Formats: sequence, C-alpha cells, structure tokens
Amino acid sequence: MPRPRVSTTPAIVLRQRKLGDADKILTLFTANRGKLEAVAKGVRRSRSKLAGHVEPLSHATFQLAQGRSLFIVTQAETVESFTPIRDDLDRLSRGLYACEILDRFTETGEEHFELYRLLLDTLRRLSVRDDIDTPVRYLEMQTLDVLGYRPELDECVTCRKQLAAVTNYWTAAAGGVLCPNCRPGELSVRPVSPNAIKVLRMLLHARWSDVERITIDPDLAVELERALLEYVRWVLERDVRSAAFIDAVRRPRRGARPPVGPVARIADA
Amino acid sequence: MNQHPQGAAPPPVSRLIDEFHKLPGIGPKSAQRLTYHMLRIPPEDAIALAQAIIELKERTVLCSICQNVTETDPCGICSDDGRDRTLICVVEEPLDILAVERTRGFHGLYHVLHGVISPMDGVGPDDLKVKELLERVRGGSVREIIMATNPNLEGEATSMYISRLMTPMGLRVTRLARGLPMGSDLEYADDVTLSRALENRQDV
Repeated sequence: MPRPRVSTTPAIVLRQRKLGDADKILTLFTANRGKLEAVAKGVRRSRSKLAGHVEPLSHATFQLAQGRSLFIVTQAETVESFTPIRDDLDRLSRGLYACEILDRFTETGEEHFELYRLLLDTLRRLSVRDDIDTPVRYLEMQTLDVLGYRPELDECVTCRKQLAAVTNYWTAAAGGVLCPNCRPGELSVRPVSPNAIKVLRMLLHARWSDVERITIDPDLAVELERALLEYVRWVLERDVRSAAFIDAVRRPRRGARPPVGPVARIADA
Repeated sequence: MNQHPQGAAPPPVSRLIDEFHKLPGIGPKSAQRLTYHMLRIPPEDAIALAQAIIELKERTVLCSICQNVTETDPCGICSDDGRDRTLICVVEEPLDILAVERTRGFHGLYHVLHGVISPMDGVGPDDLKVKELLERVRGGSVREIIMATNPNLEGEATSMYISRLMTPMGLRVTRLARGLPMGSDLEYADDVTLSRALENRQDV
C-alpha cells in the first residue's frame, strides 16, 4: 500500500542547512520513520510561523507532505524546546554532539524507535543534570549496542581469557579490550583502568536508573570520554565534528586541558 | 582552431557555465541560461560586469579594526569621530551592519565575525574573527559588547561563547532582546520566543 501523502509524526530536529533564499532543509529523527530530510519553506523570514519550531534540538510534532524528492513541512508545533540546553553553552555542546552521533550513525529511512527514545531521554537528562557527560557516554554506548557495534568488555579480544582487574588496553580497531599479555606494540592502544572497564560495562548493560546513581571523578570521566570517542570515530570512519566544540567551550572556563582527540584544535583565545 | 566534441558547447561558453555554476544558488540550468544571456547582451555591458567583479576584488579590503568590507582602511564607521567608541555591536555578516544602521538608533562601533559557530559543520570559534575582537577589547576603552547575532541556535551559541570569554575581562556583554516580530500572530508563536517575550516584557 502506498504511504499516505500527508502524515504526522513527532520528531527531534538533528540539524538544518540553508536552501535557496529563505528555506531550510531539516534533518529529522522521527519516532516511526527513522531519520528523514524535510524542507521547511520560508523559515528564514522573520515572520515565519514555522521558524521557532524547527530549530535544532527541538522536539516537535511535524506534519509532513510527500514532495517530489523530499518531504515538505506543512505544520510544526513544539512539544519540548529544551530551553536549559539552549541557555547553557556546556549543555548545548553535549546536546549537539548527541544529535550528531545519531545523525552520523543512522541512514535515512531506517526505523529506529529505540534510538529515538534514547535521544529524547538524553536531551531530557542534559536539561536537568549537573553531570552532563554521563548521559552522553550512555548514549554513545547504547547506540553502538543497538546498531551492532558493541565493544567486547569481558574477555580479551585476542586470547579470549577473562579480563583481570588490572590495567588493560583499549583498542577500537580490534573492537574492545586487550589483556596485558596480548598487547602488541604496533597497534594503537591506550591503557584502560579497571574502574573505566567497570563503568563501560554498566553503560552497556545497566538501566539508566542505575547508571545515573554512579559518581564519576574528573579523571575517569576524561578516560571514558576519550575511549568512547575513539571507538565511535573508528566505527564511523570519520570525525564527530561537535567533539571539537565540547573542547572549545571547556577552554575559556577551566583553562587549558589537553584536547580529547587528534583533530581537536587548540586556539590561543 | 580548438577542437571540441560535436554537440557540446564551445570551450569559452562551457568555461563561463562552469564559473557561474560555482556561485551559490546557481544550478547547471541557471548557469547555462546566464551564459547564453551574456552572449546576447552588448559587449560593453558584459565588460562592465567583468570590470565590476575585478574592482570588487581589487579595491575592497577588510577594515583592520571592525573586519567590515571597506574601500579605505580603517572604514568610514571606525574613522568617524562622532561615534561612541565604548560600544561594540557584534554581527555575523557585513550585511547585518546595514540592517542595524538603517534603524539610526545605534551610534557605537561594529565588529563583523564573518560567520557563526556551527559545531556540526565543523565551524568553531577559531574560524571566526573572535581573536580580532579580543584584541580590540584588550585596548581597554570598550565598556559594552552588544551581541547582535541571529536569534537561532548557532547565533545564541556564538553569543554565549563570546560572553564567556569577555565577561571575566570585566566587560558588560548584552544581546538583542528576543520577542514577537511586528505584525505577527501570538497563536503561532513558538514557546521559546513567547517565554522570552514574557521575561523581557516592558511597561506600556
């Protein structure tokens, strides 16, 4: 049966790009149709009725009409605008990163209700929590798991022996953790502490209600951030651009902290 | 004589088509139409257009103070003694200066960022004229920075970032008020705009 020409769906706006003089193309993550692109006409004019409802990070109900090649937004009404995220540079950088992760990991037209829920929950968590990094780590790990890229955290990826509670080695290229005996010199590996492995396992297996109760000290947070970002980059075979923005907003407030990845830039600002 | 495949446009024509096609908003069909239009117009009109493009590139520079596009450096606004040097209005693009000037309500100086922070497109603070703004402010005579970036996610992110840099330097950083546009309809207002309009309500 052909799809109806007009349909209504809740969606989160992942990003938008300009089209022509006054239009924008939105990338929407919808509840029941996965990711899709839709044209929002006239939203760059100041009197547009749509403009305020189609900003990135908005959760809104969209009425979409099937155009010749793209969908066309005929109506949009905000459900949640996540104002606390928009009003705070740190929360905003994490929110945009979360959207970019889902944008990069999914193809248009694949249905992913689980990931839609995950993104929505992540944005809600980013709106209220003091610790804004753990929700992002949870999103990264859960996305990897849902899409079949779950890292191996229990056994050494080479010798298949149970990992001991010592410093092991994290390798994105081999898909998980190497024990000290198997660590080959030529592979790019980074040490991973027993605590980090514990938290990574929780991120993978535990429910959020358990994850949200753990406290992660700053050093461990950095270790987790680097390990997961490296893994995500390796799976995507490309950089996640908004990771550099997270570094950029950290800089002016907390002074110099080394950037997380090889592509993060250091400014003299 | 130049050889070109039968049925294809001669090289000078296809070269101009390619050049037009590089312009924003010009697709292959528009590029062809513009090129064949150029063939039909009098030679002096075509030369005038070419000359205008050359002059644009040769006779304009960025003002070393405000980064606006100008023929003289410093630009007319920066060298005008009648303007308030303690106020800097920060805008995204040179065209925004024209919009603010049209109001005739602002008598300070400007600073053009030439873009806006757009994390997902890989545009960070280092790709904008933020360093130049910091240099200006370090001079010490500036009292207030007015952020006049667009009221969308990227414009707001840019404002917040600059505020985070400048506020510790003892500067007042403000941004343009958000509210309902003239001639609009409450019923269609989004909640972000409406709640900001309520927060910043004014006595009638």
